[in-house]
Amino acid sequence: MASGNILWKYTKKLFTLGLVGLTVSDSFASVSPVRGASMSPTFNPSISSLMGLTTDDYVLVEKTCLMKYKFSHGDVVVFSSPSNHKEKHIKRVIALPGDWIGIRHTSDVLRIPDGHCWVEGDNPSSSMDSNSFGPIPLGLVKGRVTHIVWPPQRIGAVEKRIPTDRISSI
Amino acid sequence: MAVLNYVRQWRSLAKEALDRTAIVAKFLCFLHVTNTYLCSSTLVYGPSMLPTLNITGDVVLAEHVSHRFGKVGPGDLVLVRSPDDPRKTVTKRIVGVEGDKVTFLVPMSTHQYRTAVVPKGHVWIQGDNTYVSNDSRNFGPVPYGLIQGKVFFRVWPPDSIGFLGQ
Repeated sequence: MASGNILWKYTKKLFTLGLVGLTVSDSFASVSPVRGASMSPTFNPSISSLMGLTTDDYVLVEKTCLMKYKFSHGDVVVFSSPSNHKEKHIKRVIALPGDWIGIRHTSDVLRIPDGHCWVEGDNPSSSMDSNSFGPIPLGLVKGRVTHIVWPPQRIGAVEKRIPTDRISSI
Repeated sequence: MAVLNYVRQWRSLAKEALDRTAIVAKFLCFLHVTNTYLCSSTLVYGPSMLPTLNITGDVVLAEHVSHRFGKVGPGDLVLVRSPDDPRKTVTKRIVGVEGDKVTFLVPMSTHQYRTAVVPKGHVWIQGDNTYVSNDSRNFGPVPYGLIQGKVFFRVWPPDSIGFLGQ
């Protein structure tokens, strides 16, 4: 009977912890790994390889921006891929609604529709971004990356970078 | 001695306040989790879903389980985050999923039809009221990731309470 009681107590504790954890990671902040080289050199630069092993960067994703969906140029965001909702991508917001953007490798200029944004990776050579799938709805954005939290030698804030030559907001 | 007593009293008070706050916080967390992962209620209004949903406002229950497993298909009523404004949620019916060919009436016309193929990872959503609805015919197919939940039950008004079928 006593062991059952203890088991029950721990289950309750675990359940509460799960609830609180889920809420915090949903509405405030969470930590997630960055895979791939599409955001190099901001995340996963090849110099962080240690004895041939590349370590993934872990980043802090804050969710409070989802209350208002206010983003600024140069923010790094996490969003679910428009072609596969189970995949999450990390890219940089280049243009916001109302901006005109020049599509890479072409001479086309596109106006970002309302409620959409233009995302690109920092590494133009290997990045699946808005240049291939077009502007994405802001509703797909799941959070904003603010800090790198792991590995220890790379801890620090993620800076905003704005390519000014390609967008114009008229 | 009086000081000690005072401190003890203060401590028990603080402990109780902390306990109460913890209970409220836990309750709020519970509410958040059930709302985002299980089931939530939403007020739906507007003419776009006539005659399924009323113009004046219906309270419906939406479940948030099946869309996570990709179990929503054509005919389901879904809550979708509007592609035009991420702060708004719209209720529409799924007409086609990826790979489907959708033939639709061009908005603002009476007998002009067009056909589109839904791309990978997208769904085609339309309101039941073809003439007054801002849906995929205006903004095109929407990514599956914008789906927030599946509407399955109406709780208000009381005379039309019941399941919302296909």
